[in-house]
Amino acid sequence: MQNGAKQKAHISFSLNGEACEVAFAPHKTLLEVLREDLALTGTKHGCELGECGTCTVLVDGKSILSCLMLGLDAAGRRVETIEGMAEGAQLHPLQETFADTGAAQCGYCSPGFMLVAKELLEKSAKPTRDEIKEALSGNLCRCTGYIKIYEAVELAAAKMRGEAMELPRESLFGIET
Amino acid sequence: MSSNGNNGKPLNVVGKPFRKVDARAKCTGQTKFADDIVLPRMLACKILRSHEPHARIKNIDLSKALALPGVFAIVTGKDFPIPYGILPVSQDEHALCIDKVRFIGDPVAAVAAIDEDVAFDAMNLIEVEYERLQTITSIEEGLLVEEPRIHEYGDGGNVHKKVSLEFGDVDEGFAEADLIREDTFFYEGNTHLPMEQHAAVAYFDSDQKLTLWSATQTPHYVHRALAKVLEIPASHIRVIATPNGGGFGGKSDPFNHEVVVSKLAMITGRPVKCTLTREEVFYCHRGRHPVLMHLKTGVTKDGAITAMHFKSFLDGGAYGSYGVASTFYTGALQTVTYEVPRYKFQGARVFTNKPPCGPKRGHGTPQPRYALEVHLDKIAEQLNLDPAEMRRQHLAPPNSVTANYLRIGSMGLGACIDKVVEGSEWKKKFTWSNPQSPIRNSQSRKGIGIACSSYICGAGLPIYWNNMPQSGVQLRLDRQGGVCVMCGSVDIGQGSDSILAYIVAEVLGIDPFDIRVITADTDLTPVDLGSYSSRVTLMTGNAAIQAAERARELLTLAVAEKLGVPIENISFAERRAFDVENPEVGVSFAEAIVLAESKFGTIGTVGSYTPPRSPGKYKGAGVGPSPAYSYSAAVAEVDVDPATGIVTVERIWIAHDIGKSINPALVMGQVEGSVYMGLGEILMEEMSYRANRNVVHKFPSMLEYKSPTTLEMCDVKTYLIEDPDPNGPFGAKEVGQGPLLPVPPAVANAVYNAVGVRIDEVPITPEKVLKALREKEKGRDPRFGPTAVPNTDWPEPLHVLTPAEGGDGREMPRVSVHS
Repeated sequence: MQNGAKQKAHISFSLNGEACEVAFAPHKTLLEVLREDLALTGTKHGCELGECGTCTVLVDGKSILSCLMLGLDAAGRRVETIEGMAEGAQLHPLQETFADTGAAQCGYCSPGFMLVAKELLEKSAKPTRDEIKEALSGNLCRCTGYIKIYEAVELAAAKMRGEAMELPRESLFGIET
Repeated sequence: MSSNGNNGKPLNVVGKPFRKVDARAKCTGQTKFADDIVLPRMLACKILRSHEPHARIKNIDLSKALALPGVFAIVTGKDFPIPYGILPVSQDEHALCIDKVRFIGDPVAAVAAIDEDVAFDAMNLIEVEYERLQTITSIEEGLLVEEPRIHEYGDGGNVHKKVSLEFGDVDEGFAEADLIREDTFFYEGNTHLPMEQHAAVAYFDSDQKLTLWSATQTPHYVHRALAKVLEIPASHIRVIATPNGGGFGGKSDPFNHEVVVSKLAMITGRPVKCTLTREEVFYCHRGRHPVLMHLKTGVTKDGAITAMHFKSFLDGGAYGSYGVASTFYTGALQTVTYEVPRYKFQGARVFTNKPPCGPKRGHGTPQPRYALEVHLDKIAEQLNLDPAEMRRQHLAPPNSVTANYLRIGSMGLGACIDKVVEGSEWKKKFTWSNPQSPIRNSQSRKGIGIACSSYICGAGLPIYWNNMPQSGVQLRLDRQGGVCVMCGSVDIGQGSDSILAYIVAEVLGIDPFDIRVITADTDLTPVDLGSYSSRVTLMTGNAAIQAAERARELLTLAVAEKLGVPIENISFAERRAFDVENPEVGVSFAEAIVLAESKFGTIGTVGSYTPPRSPGKYKGAGVGPSPAYSYSAAVAEVDVDPATGIVTVERIWIAHDIGKSINPALVMGQVEGSVYMGLGEILMEEMSYRANRNVVHKFPSMLEYKSPTTLEMCDVKTYLIEDPDPNGPFGAKEVGQGPLLPVPPAVANAVYNAVGVRIDEVPITPEKVLKALREKEKGRDPRFGPTAVPNTDWPEPLHVLTPAEGGDGREMPRVSVHS
């Protein structure tokens, strides 16, 4: 068969903290390798053209669009996906706050947003609202209007700093009437 | 006011900002969307789509494609002779085109192959010979060009539907007016752009039954369409709607790829998956109709409306879809916000060679709402009235029936206006004589504008005529203490699965996370019509209350007997059933089930919901009635740069009459998301086509189809108004769509307030603002927008006497004129 005759590529890399080996058709993007060859379907796709940010993963700690990176280029590198965010059964603070605030409505863009936010919080423990907007500006969300996402990132940042913080009442109930 | 489910007891779950029941799965990547489904031996499907906008199919040559190794099957239009469509009156789609193609993107052939690469290669080896036909590219052409017809049905030529309705004597109303104003508006089409591309997987399994997993908002309608087109009994088909990665109305039609993968699975005996590319999602469309509108309104000096005549012209694209309903919706809800004693509506939908339009968030109502609210702003200026005050003075009364026979229940718009006026410091900021002179310089100009709106909480009538409930819920309680709620509704991100859990938990006195929720599976769940028309919370909520109350009754009987207390003493809370007079006397919830199962056998109950009958009986009265109406008011504050025409929306204050929040945090999310989507529509989003006869979509990609990022999204100040509606579960009304509606006109009115130009065409792009500013500089009409609507023959209107005129909701007999 035309396609089956192609030699598969074989790479080793670190995936969510574990050593990983995988063989795949060499033209595949990292997105395809993760979803199709490693069954990690938590990484989503919205355009497969680098336009929407949905497929974001972290490579060596930096957010990249997995639809624009060849799987081959992941060789020897450290890749982190949504499936690797939690420590065992303990969710990452961003996962907790995205769930608590309703920052994940349909949830389709959420993995990408959370990974970009993780990168941000690793660089900056207390980002301003404007810094959060700037960092997330490459990711599209059609459900939330982004507001609950900002709030989730701010809450997670506070949690990670060890500070007690709650959402203002008006975020959850509207302005007091 | 008493509402369903409440009975005056304190609420433990309803009204609290719980997590969604599926939140953890969504935040850990575990939610299985349609494209995440992988089955052994699964084949990949690709669909060849037309690159011609309007053409006869002369020949299709599959020989090269079939010869490609790895190809398992190819189907074409002749494999799908039976048409389908969402509305019974517009069964005009074939899964693959048979004799002709009607837009660029129309499906022609489909391949099932060993993998997506082979399917793609095979698709490109299919040779199709077309004979081009003249294209119909606009509303005007749709009205004027009779041949060639895009479809062989409709109201003549390329007119799909024409409607004409008159409620009361409109001329009499205009005669009573102190001012009659006429305006023309255009609202460009735009699309849903859900982040998830549509996908479907079909499997024809060993017992010769078909299972389809699909990202659909309406599994019940897909189920019906599959049975019809595939000619197999519906009982042999199982449709499972996967959680939708955003819907917004774009996944509400039965789609060709769903039918195609089903057929290919039947032919090949293997599972088949089709995932659309983003470009194909643009061609699926079913989004906002472009609508050209003309309004004529008579008002008294204080702004009371005496009569209104609304005309709308819809560019429907290439198929019917929901279009007949969309057409009626452009004329239905004008009457539920302000009192309109006499009302005339004329609407026409035409077919054009573009991707089909359909229902997008607000279905058919954002366009007329934008036109009406900008029109009212102009009237307020002419009368020198405060536009907020003018609206506030003339609200449609609660518990009333409108001129077009819509029954309004609770009506919180007055409170909504008060909140946004107060919050935005409207009275301090707003004046008609904006002292800033809007000439070109580098200074930006600030302005403020207001608009209001209303939306249905579920369509009063189902899409196909029947006397059955619109929503069903089944509840199973097991002796281990488990509660499982089953319902055909689909979670598209709005939280409908969670709403079921919250409501059942409230009634049974347990925690929502104790409950297992199974939804959107036609084999396992009772029918719910789907996630559209903002119907889900109200309808599934009422059905869930009924099912849970029936279960509670069984438990109550068993527990009362066991405790030896009267049944009216038994209450449920904190996972216990107890004697209200001696709360320590009681049993655990699980024990209560054991007692009930011992007494009655296996415990299962059902609940269902049918909306109340509408008072309207005239032909066309089916669109607009709803068990309840939600209300919204918004104030927008904008900054316009006269040098560039760029409009920056800084903040929107929005108040939404929710009736009662089942979960206020989810309500807030819907309000903010609606504001966002309205902002995108007013500032940038448009489905537009190259200005030549080829009707090529200008930009079927997410990069070029502009939608707001974090950098464009404005600040939102939200107020929730709780005025429980007697028809809502615990008094709840809708929130998924309504809050979008006031945003576009509030922004348009604010732009006028900032720089003194009217942009009577959506979206308000910098180019349009600059053009209008230039007109203003030259001393001409400071506006950008259409100046006229086409002349067309309308059918003689159906005359309906209004309730105030003693009408009974029926049309008057036609008077034949003898010469």
